[in-house]
This record gives sequence, structure tokens and C-alpha cells, in this order.
Amino acid sequence: MADLIKIRAQLKGDVTEVKALMLHPMETGRRKNDFDETIPAHFIQLVTATLNGRTVLEAQWGTGISKNPYLTFRLKGAKVGDKVGLRWQDNKGESNSAEAAVVAA
Amino acid sequence: MNRRHWLQGCAAMLAVLALAPLRALAAIWNKPAFEAQQVDEALQGLGAARIGPSRDIVLIAPDMAENGAIVQIEVESRIPGTEAIAILAEKNPTPLIANFLFSAGAEPYVITRIKMAETADVRAIVKAGGKYYSVGKKVEVALGGCG
Repeated sequence: MADLIKIRAQLKGDVTEVKALMLHPMETGRRKNDFDETIPAHFIQLVTATLNGRTVLEAQWGTGISKNPYLTFRLKGAKVGDKVGLRWQDNKGESNSAEAAVVAA
Repeated sequence: MNRRHWLQGCAAMLAVLALAPLRALAAIWNKPAFEAQQVDEALQGLGAARIGPSRDIVLIAPDMAENGAIVQIEVESRIPGTEAIAILAEKNPTPLIANFLFSAGAEPYVITRIKMAETADVRAIVKAGGKYYSVGKKVEVALGGCG
């Protein structure tokens, strides 16, 4: 399977910018298919970011986040080689996680 | 997972909530706030009351979005002690889009992409020191993207 999360962490000055792209349909539960049947809601509800295993950001999402969610956030105090982790969980209980090492910009 | 296990799981979760409310709360999806169909209800669900305006929140959103399915929003809070940033699109079927909670080490800054059903104000709500602050910006949507 293709990677469900792409993540990159770049240290610029004393701030680490983390960019993540998640592959997810983010169905609202309001759309209909060609047969006029409602497509069930399927969306990411929780996203957790960690720095060397310690939680730094927790996000709760509704159906209003775009398909294939994109997220940028910034960390202070991270060093080159530190591990930034990202994990999501959706309303069907599916989850995925990925990790990236901080690199110099 | 069968129903009994699920119920037991819920009971266990509630017990954990009662014991450690501060840590556990963030990990549980705020259903009442995210399913609210009115802005007021959503804010109530977030526990946001007496929201004041602030010039220390930077909200960057396009003036005009061709496609409401992808509208990039950037929010930065310069309010000291910022704990959380929530994003709402006031005329979406469910206005609350996201709530970001920052722990030590994270800057109160996010960029994400949201869906907008129609032309409306996008609002960022910042929680800092137990108080709530907000800023809004109108985004013209040419083609609604909520489906």
C-alpha cells in the first residue's frame, strides 16, 4: 500500500517546521453516489504529533477538513536527528502513523 | 468488537476520564461540538464563552476561493499562553472544523486545508490562560465544497 502519511521536518533557525500530508477520503456523510445512496461518513477525528515520543500537538477534526488532509505545525527546541511522529485515527477506528527525523533546511 | 465489550470499553474510558480529566479529555473526540449545526452550539461544545476580539491572532485565508473543497487556512496566535486554536467556517453544515491543542514544544501555529460550503466568515478561536479570543475573515467561495 502507498504511504498513507508523508511527513517532513525541517529545522530553520530555532524553529522546526513539520509538514504532513495524509491520504484519507474525509467523507462528510452528506455526499451521495451515482445511485443516490448516501456515502457513509469516513473522516479523521484525532491527530497526535510527538517529538521524541512526547506529545506536542493534539488535533480533533470534523468533516470540514479537506480530502487528503494537509497540516503544517512548528516545534521549538527540536534538534537535527530528533524524531517527529504523527498518528491519526478516524471514525471507523482505523489509524496510521509515520515518523520523520528532523533535518537541517 | 461486540456491543458488550464496547460498552465495557466505554465504561472504562469514563472511569479514566473521571480520574484523569485533564490528560484524557484531549484524546476523546468532542462529538457535541463537531456535530453542532450552529456556531453558538459548537462554541458551547468547546466550552468557549465570553469570546473577545484580538489583534494578536493572525488568520491568513484567501479573499476568494475558486473551489470550496480546498481552502488553505493559516493561523498563528501571538497571545502568551495559547493552549488551543479552533477553526470554524460559519456557514458550513457543521461549522466547527478543527481544534488544535498545543503542548510544551509546539508553537501556536497551524496551516491546514478546509472545506467551505459557501461564502462565509472563517473564524479562529484561541484559548489562552482559560480565556477565549477570536478573529474572523470573510472568504468568497465560488463553488461550494461540502457535499
